[in-house]
Amino acid sequence: MNDRLRFEDLEKAYDMIAAGIDDAGPDRESLFLAKLCLTLAHHVGDLAVVEQAIADARANLRP
Amino acid sequence: MRPAGKDKLESLYFKYPKFEFRRVPELDGRAVKHPVAIAGAGPVGMTAAITLACHGLPCVLLDSKDTLNDGSRAICISRHSFQVLRQLGAVDPFVKKALGWTHGRSYYRDQMIYRMEMPHSEQERFFPMYNLQQQYIEQFLLDRIGDFAGLIDVRWQTEVTDVEVADEEVALAVATPAGRYTLRSSWLIAADGARSRVRDSLGLRLKGDNLPGHYVIADIRMNHDFPTERRCFFESAANPEATILIHRQPDRIWRVDWQLPANEDPEHAVEEGNIRARIRSILDMIGHEGSWELEWWSIYTANTLCLDDYRHGRILFAGDAAHIVPIFGVRGLNNGIVDAVNAAWKLACVADGRARDSLLESYTPERRGATLDVFRSAGKSSRFMTPPTRGLALMRKAALQLSLTHDFPKRFADPRQVVPYNYRDSPLTVGGSDFAGGVEAGDVVVDRKMPEGGYLLDHLGSGFTGLYFCEQDRLDHRASETFERLAGVDRLFKPLIVATRAVAGTEIEVIEDRSGGIFSAYAAADRTFYLVRPDLYVAARWRSVEPRTIEETLLRILGRI
Repeated sequence: MNDRLRFEDLEKAYDMIAAGIDDAGPDRESLFLAKLCLTLAHHVGDLAVVEQAIADARANLRP
Repeated sequence: MRPAGKDKLESLYFKYPKFEFRRVPELDGRAVKHPVAIAGAGPVGMTAAITLACHGLPCVLLDSKDTLNDGSRAICISRHSFQVLRQLGAVDPFVKKALGWTHGRSYYRDQMIYRMEMPHSEQERFFPMYNLQQQYIEQFLLDRIGDFAGLIDVRWQTEVTDVEVADEEVALAVATPAGRYTLRSSWLIAADGARSRVRDSLGLRLKGDNLPGHYVIADIRMNHDFPTERRCFFESAANPEATILIHRQPDRIWRVDWQLPANEDPEHAVEEGNIRARIRSILDMIGHEGSWELEWWSIYTANTLCLDDYRHGRILFAGDAAHIVPIFGVRGLNNGIVDAVNAAWKLACVADGRARDSLLESYTPERRGATLDVFRSAGKSSRFMTPPTRGLALMRKAALQLSLTHDFPKRFADPRQVVPYNYRDSPLTVGGSDFAGGVEAGDVVVDRKMPEGGYLLDHLGSGFTGLYFCEQDRLDHRASETFERLAGVDRLFKPLIVATRAVAGTEIEVIEDRSGGIFSAYAAADRTFYLVRPDLYVAARWRSVEPRTIEETLLRILGRI
């Protein structure tokens, strides 16, 4: 996690994930996101970072 | 729209003038051909007229109205626009009346998540942004037009009904209270707004997209203690479904802007009772308990639409007549002003023989290029302000919630305010010089504060300006020769010397730069030369002065070789 994305790339990732959600459709968007998270966790390669990210995502979680 | 019982122009703070119709020679059968006609006396048309007048070229400015714009509409003026207004000798009343600002705050669920800060320093004469109601913008431009009584012929209550283009002229059919006539001119600047009659008469169409979503803008008057900053609320208690913007304007007027929920009928939303209820809930949210008065409101949609070509023979389209852009980032008025200046200085040069027609070929690439650049950034802003799909809506919610505890997603909430578009790819820009930093050819010049007071850009001319950097106590003869040659090409050419010490034996204006601040901002050394366009863009720069090369560059820009 030392090489963080530049904001310009983060923006591109934002758009690509949004497109992925739209392509998956409402029935399968959660599954798409779960697969995406699992893949990213694998690539991160550090369980502590993944745990922290999960905690961050859980914080302020409101619909 | 205004509250029930109020006249269309009955404002809480602004006294609308009434412009009389004046009889013109054409109505008495006299054939007159004007060098330039401008359709539309809004901020864009007026800016074009003043620019032409600064070049000494007469024009006729037409508008169907008999007063200024009803309602405040565009309120944000950028630093670059102020620099342009200074160049036109019009900026003083703007500085006096407008509210300058540098910061903004974005809130998510009523908690601040992002502090926007626009680039600013003591080297700049102007703030990055100013708020001022459009009526004042127009009033101040019109006051400046009054200084050019012999050059700018303003014709109110004159409506363009049809346009015919011939080889050598444009013929406008106009309707007035005293009858119809044909107004003939060599050139036409069409600045007649989003519903441009000129555009429709020629069968031209804006192309692009209508973005989803409706927005309401409302102006209210209240005593409210908050600095001049842009405030943006996402999912606030007052409007959880939509986004709210609040801006301060002069005369205790506040702009409140909100997005309608997808299921709300726009016609229902703009009924006065509903407008008042929504404003009340927004004021509750920001903790304003005192009284307030409703001034004016309007509804709009966000669009990215433009013409394929901004030039049609003898007609140049400027402002909303050429392009309609989303408001996010305040690019409508500001880009319109830059269009006006770009079109007008080029037309002035062509009309008085300093340039050939081919100079006008650069208008579309420069200004349509700027529009497409606006579409890119405003498109991104709009997608965040009004996510058009479920995926984008979810991502926005994710970025906003994470912003409560993390910095990394905060920039998604940045409004991407307007910055001047660069002309590095323009046919007029001569690049390729060997500089480390400074202002690139195709970029807007930068300002610098002078030790004795005043600012560098106060000294630029109406035509091209040559900026020669000098570290000697005498002016190099090649520099003098360059200045002489350029003055022979552009009669409005302004020579300027920036020197680290006193320069003897020259009549040319010298700006002393003992601290080297201007040298450093322009990455200059002894003999560096910048050629600056009338619209404040750097056309070319050189490490040393070669009189013939520099003269040829200007001749080429003007299409004369």
